[in-house]
Amino acid sequence: MSKALSSNYTPGLPIAWKKILLKWETLLGLAVIADFGLNTYLSPYFLNPWTLSDASFNFTEQAIVALPMALLIIAGEIDISVGSTIALCSVAMGLAAKAGFATPWLVGLGIFTGFLAGCFNGFLVTRLRVPSIVATIGTLTLFRGIAYALVGNGVLKSYQPDFAYFGQGYVIGPVSFEVTLFAFLALVFAVALHKSVIGRRIFAIGANPVASRLSGIPVERYKFWIFALLGATAGLASILLTSRLGSTRPSIATGWELSIITMVILGGVSINGGQGSILGVVLAALFIGLVTFGLSLLNFPGIVLGIVTGTLLIGVVAISSALGQSGRRRRS
Amino acid sequence: MLKSLFLRAPAVTGLSLLIIALLLSVSIAFPPFLDPVNLKSAFDDTALLMMMAVGEMFVLLTRSVDLSVAANAALTGMVVALFNAKYPGAGILPVLLISLVMGSALGAFNGLLVWKLRIPSIVVTLGTLSVFRGLVYIISGGAWVNSGQMSHAFLNLVRLPLLGINLLSWAGVLVAILAFLFLRYSLTGRNLYAVGNNPEAAAYAGIDAGRLQCVAFMLSGAIAGLSGYFWVARFGVAYTDVASGFELQVIAACVIGGVSISGGAGGVVGVILGALFLGIIKNALPVVGISPFFQLFISGMVITVAVALNSGTQRKTHGRHILESSKVTP
Amino acid sequence: MTEPAFSLSGITKSFGGVRALVRGELELFAGEVTALVGENGAGKSTLVKIMTGVYQADSGAIRLNGQPVHIGSAAAANRLGISAIHQEPVVFDDLSVAENIFITARPRRHGMVDWAQMYSRAAGILAELDPGIDPKMLARELGVAQKHLIQIARALSNEARIVIMDEPTAALSHREVEELFQIVQRLKREGRAILFITHKFEEIFALAERYAVFRDGAAVGSGLVCETDRSSLISMMVGRTVDQVFPKQEVPIGAPLLQVEALSRGEEFADVSFTLNGGEILGVYGLVGAGRSEVMQAIFGLHRPDSGRIALRGETLNIRSPGEAIAKGIAYLPEDRQSQGGILSASIGENIVLPCLSGISHRGFVNRRDEQALATRFIGELQIKTSSASQLLEELSGGNQQKVIIAKWLATNPQVMIMDEPTKGIDIGAKTAVYRLMGELVAKGLGIIMVSSELPEIMGMADRILVMRRGRLRACFSRADATPERIVAAATDA
Repeated sequence: MSKALSSNYTPGLPIAWKKILLKWETLLGLAVIADFGLNTYLSPYFLNPWTLSDASFNFTEQAIVALPMALLIIAGEIDISVGSTIALCSVAMGLAAKAGFATPWLVGLGIFTGFLAGCFNGFLVTRLRVPSIVATIGTLTLFRGIAYALVGNGVLKSYQPDFAYFGQGYVIGPVSFEVTLFAFLALVFAVALHKSVIGRRIFAIGANPVASRLSGIPVERYKFWIFALLGATAGLASILLTSRLGSTRPSIATGWELSIITMVILGGVSINGGQGSILGVVLAALFIGLVTFGLSLLNFPGIVLGIVTGTLLIGVVAISSALGQSGRRRRS
Repeated sequence: MLKSLFLRAPAVTGLSLLIIALLLSVSIAFPPFLDPVNLKSAFDDTALLMMMAVGEMFVLLTRSVDLSVAANAALTGMVVALFNAKYPGAGILPVLLISLVMGSALGAFNGLLVWKLRIPSIVVTLGTLSVFRGLVYIISGGAWVNSGQMSHAFLNLVRLPLLGINLLSWAGVLVAILAFLFLRYSLTGRNLYAVGNNPEAAAYAGIDAGRLQCVAFMLSGAIAGLSGYFWVARFGVAYTDVASGFELQVIAACVIGGVSISGGAGGVVGVILGALFLGIIKNALPVVGISPFFQLFISGMVITVAVALNSGTQRKTHGRHILESSKVTP
Repeated sequence: MTEPAFSLSGITKSFGGVRALVRGELELFAGEVTALVGENGAGKSTLVKIMTGVYQADSGAIRLNGQPVHIGSAAAANRLGISAIHQEPVVFDDLSVAENIFITARPRRHGMVDWAQMYSRAAGILAELDPGIDPKMLARELGVAQKHLIQIARALSNEARIVIMDEPTAALSHREVEELFQIVQRLKREGRAILFITHKFEEIFALAERYAVFRDGAAVGSGLVCETDRSSLISMMVGRTVDQVFPKQEVPIGAPLLQVEALSRGEEFADVSFTLNGGEILGVYGLVGAGRSEVMQAIFGLHRPDSGRIALRGETLNIRSPGEAIAKGIAYLPEDRQSQGGILSASIGENIVLPCLSGISHRGFVNRRDEQALATRFIGELQIKTSSASQLLEELSGGNQQKVIIAKWLATNPQVMIMDEPTKGIDIGAKTAVYRLMGELVAKGLGIIMVSSELPEIMGMADRILVMRRGRLRACFSRADATPERIVAAATDA
């Protein structure tokens, strides 16, 4: 179910090669390599393992949330409240830390708060049947609002020293905990989505919810649990982010939902559901991370990156809709 | 009477009653709310939200969504601010013209991508949102344009008092009236409803859905551009993060006002009420003495409850469905 | 002989290699009704869409009053005075009745929509059709029959010279059909040329002056109704005798398999009771909206019935979801194979294993080799024409798509197979293949419930025929007792 640009005909190549070349993941991979080369050219320090490790911090937290977000979008729904969920989780942890709870409790609380937020979204969408984009516009404001209501413009920073490990620690040498966790989760999500029965059903739900329901798949239950999983993962990302910053402000992770969704779409996941791959999302995250770092090498601020990612996002979907529409077009 | 109103337009009627109740209770309990200065400022705030929400409604009616309205406003606002800083003597007319033309051009860019390349509107506007914001930074070099650099005419147009309220508020009223007339009496306006209501039937009736989506995006863009100028003038500053995240409030005002996110249903009156509702809450809270940090929380509660209720009423009136129909790409 | 008001000649149209129209020929005359008949998939609806500008023909000529015309869009068709009443009411739910009527030509003054005039003109037209409809009502408040009236009012309002009616009586009651006929007579008197598409022969003889028969995308006959009879129309339509089309096998009927007792649900259906035996094909006939699919979906666990009992081999079932129904050995082949049946963007193999994924998986992981084996087996058994199991469903022809979806249900090893319009929109060859397959299945002891709107199919394949009307079971005929007249009478008699 990968998004092959099937109608693009390149004569003179064996079919298998054409298929691989025209796969979205291949193009993304080439883009990653190209940008890697460009960054190396731009800065002599880039190839230093510690520089690379530093570069990874600016995208791993978002990339971790992009994994379950990919599942959700493949299943035909969307959640734009994740940035607010991260803030809410961070505030919950900050308050607990202030009350003197130890780090393991904070970790549990962060994930659990995200899980509850995700369940609430899932409830609105699957039980009350609010379209997911509308429901999560509401909860985006609500979760952020709760965070502000609890903290105001204050800062929570009574974290124990050991809490810093998640966002600042290293497993071996320059390999950070964040990157290790991301690699592990990406593997788990890839196997779950592409090899397991659950993944197969998620694709089916996104491609045709009615046929899926008639095939005995509990569509609403699946969607609910993906929302819950996404919430819990946002909680996890919140732990990493809070730990890296060492403090909680209610404005934390503002606007992240758009970057995360951009990663997912850029990774080749169809916004209409039913298509996509974890490999694509991982490559898109790497690409965005490298471009961001490259821009910072050139002393451009993050906001300029928006032009690059925004153009890429539109360009990618435009190209695939112009070339590959034959296979996706609605039949009359 | 009330009952039949409820049956015909439950969202609008319920919302107006709620707003009246809210206004009454706030003004009785906290008379300072009725202070003319406070009311004027509340009205100006709401006018901006109202204008942009009306533009967003055009897009929502055609089963699309425009997430780029606030970024459009920021970019257009920055362009006119820079223009004004450079040519302070050019007067206000070119500024208005630039904001409208540039806004609608940005909207048309969205619309053409949706129409000609059939890219889902949420993807298009998610992309242009980032691009527009990035461009604001590039053209301004990240610097602010302050009120000191703006001409008097540029700054004061929105503050021009007229019959007790500022010109900005009148602009909001005017946009709403024009939108109402457009949707009720022009063929294009009527066809926006038809397309969103039943795209297939619209095709049978010879109405081009894609073209109308593009028109809706252009209108939304034009209004966003104009609002961008008003925003910059009202707050006396242009910078990269102007109106950041405002697109969600704009959509919320529409949804609270009963505009269906799945197209074809909604009206200007509802949108005005939705914007008023959010505007009143935002401006009443400080008066009532609730910490401004609770504003977002209360808005969020209201929006969440409103969308849950709205989807409930819509479900009932849409009749029973044997199966929810399979997803059809618009 | 007078000149036709509208004519089509040599029209062809293909969709992605599938030829929907091979030779479209049609002539309509002012003041006359031409009946267009043909089986599903004969190309009638494609022809209508070409006439109304929704599709453009690949080749061929269209003439209006002898002048060649090009109908490039639906708007162009409106301008030329061509108006269609579609089978499924094409209305805008959130717009008023009046605006629905004038959707292509809203009255205007000074460039602005003139609502007063629109309402009054709509009221004038509606007064003749159904005075009970208020022009200011929203269309969503209307019933199906009234929505049809909106479309008729649309044709009346825009002075259409060519009026196309695509099975307008399919969902109407007896009385409503009578009223419709009067309207058609009036349109005729006003000198309009009418194309009337129908499956019901009595309507042809009651209304039409001329007929045109389509089969497999080509015009196979036309002429004056007074010079033909029912049987010659049928033989033109089918092009072969009934025995060839319906290879009915005689299979001994076994013990009761599925028992349904007094099943009711809301306004959809009430007090439905029947028994399906092993080895039996039970036909369920009725008009659109009679509640047939709703009963089947309730048995399949898609919607809970309010009351009643469902039992399989004597064991009472309490099915709450399709998943439970599948586990109990009930399969449901839905009516619309593209939107409900299969996943077009997925491969044949992925489609076939979807309902039985847990059966071919190990510890939650899909076993690709088992998947491949299962798919290959069914591709062979059902003779699905494909290059491999990894070909996408959307690349197959309609008939082969349907075979894949049948295979998907066979892979769950069902005892009861519910087939809702199993041959809708597939060509004659594929139909015969599906009928053969049904015979083979009942020979293995399965029970099949076949919901169908096609009389020849029901009569050709079913061992017993249940007839539903307005949510209730009205009659049950054995194969020997069933005649078209009796079945239609039970389905439509008001």
